[in-house]
Amino acid sequence: MDALKVLMVDDEPGMRSGVARALSNFTVTVPELDEVLSFEIDQAETGEAALEMAAASRPDLMLLDHKLPGISGLDVLERYQAESDETLIIMITAYASLETAVTATKRGAYDFLAKPFTPGELKSAVAKAARHLVLQRQARMLAEEKRQVRFQFISVLSHELKAPLGAIEGYLRIVRDHTAGVDQAAQDHMIDRSLIRLEGMRKLIFDLLDLTRIESGQKRRQFADIDLCEIAKEAVEALSIEAAGRQITIELVNNGPCIMAGDQGELEIILNNLVSNAVKYNRDGGRVTIDIGGDDETVKLRVTDTGIGMTAEESDRLFHDFVRIKNEKTRKILGSGLGLSTVRKLARLYAGNVTAQSEPDTGSTFTVELERHSNPEVSSGDSKGNPELVAGI
Amino acid sequence: MNEKATTDNNANAKTVLIVDDDIDFLAQQKLQLEAAGFKVVSAESQTQAQKVIEDLHPDIAVLDLMMEHCDGGFALCYKIKKMYPDVPVIIVTGVTSETSLSFDAATAEERSWVKADALLPKPIRFEQLKREIDRLLEEA
Repeated sequence: MDALKVLMVDDEPGMRSGVARALSNFTVTVPELDEVLSFEIDQAETGEAALEMAAASRPDLMLLDHKLPGISGLDVLERYQAESDETLIIMITAYASLETAVTATKRGAYDFLAKPFTPGELKSAVAKAARHLVLQRQARMLAEEKRQVRFQFISVLSHELKAPLGAIEGYLRIVRDHTAGVDQAAQDHMIDRSLIRLEGMRKLIFDLLDLTRIESGQKRRQFADIDLCEIAKEAVEALSIEAAGRQITIELVNNGPCIMAGDQGELEIILNNLVSNAVKYNRDGGRVTIDIGGDDETVKLRVTDTGIGMTAEESDRLFHDFVRIKNEKTRKILGSGLGLSTVRKLARLYAGNVTAQSEPDTGSTFTVELERHSNPEVSSGDSKGNPELVAGI
Repeated sequence: MNEKATTDNNANAKTVLIVDDDIDFLAQQKLQLEAAGFKVVSAESQTQAQKVIEDLHPDIAVLDLMMEHCDGGFALCYKIKKMYPDVPVIIVTGVTSETSLSFDAATAEERSWVKADALLPKPIRFEQLKREIDRLLEEA
């Protein structure tokens, strides 16, 4: 249980002790945060003393009487607000002087209490302020966390974009300066490598756009009845040349239809990513199996390959932004490191998830489960409090 | 991968071990170092480099920081220094400029045991790298 510090400022000792007594065993529940708050009371007799104490202890709440022997409550409000906005101030005014209350609120007091007040009125004003305070702090913390995640994302992104630029620039300089002599084959090789790096960069930008569309929450999700098997067939078609070039067979176990409510574009991204990975990380002459099924509630989509596979430790990291498994077996394979994290974000929009089972040098199976009748309104834009989901550009 | 250097004709040529998982960066530096008269042995990963140094005593090593493991360059540097204390090591990294976040803390702590002789930011111009190599070889 967290205790909020309250500074009670009033020149009447009876008033101070009354408030202290009323709040001493008082607790406030904040259901949104699953938190129970209690209160620790400090007392000040004058405005001058209050300013000194507040500067030293930074209370969470200040209950501030307007009519004080030295400087007035409004003066305290003004001076204290100039140095700190961490404290919520509740102004206490005589019942008759509504005007003071209005002035106080204008100058930044959070609320006011009119004298004489009952312990019940006091408690409800304090409870309201306390809830406001903790929710506001929580929101600030999340915003900060989001900024951090976003900063990291952009840092890695800039690195991923600069690496191919550096490589291409390097080749251009070598060709221009004839560092490699005038050997045509060597120059051709450098141009081919530059083109491959450009292709990788383009892929990264496309994946980034996919991710941005999902995370911005701006694009309306257009839900319709979609046949997943149709989308799978298109994905297979799109990859058929690449697969044939390496004698990889792609098999669709179930011809469908397998109808679910979803956004065509989103489901295409899921299937394209998984099937393209299954081809990319396969061995020559390997096999890709796509199995689409499920029950009334859930659609289950499984893509199995006979490729290089991964260790358990590697598959744990797989679904985060920019994670690429780097080893001897993957070094010649292009990838942005965004595909699977995008698949996971999308699956979650369908109240689902994606998992991987894998065996090094044997192959991997990626399983996606999606709710068959999910609600398009539950979009990423609503993902309050999940910095990972809202971190993208 | 132990590749045959193309400048064998110069018996006094210094041998540079260069390790980086970006095969283009690797190929480019190799080409330019060879053009500048060095013997070059390259490796594409920490694992490969560890095998290479079992039979090879380079005159200087240039390592990328982030390879299969995020601190692969540091680990490799430690191994090289342990086997060949006299070999200068340059660590090249893109991490300093972009993710100062995670890296600054690591350097302070890592440097105490790593003892790399130079830490250069990527992207790096070949002239820069060459200057650094020449300086360290002269000091050695």
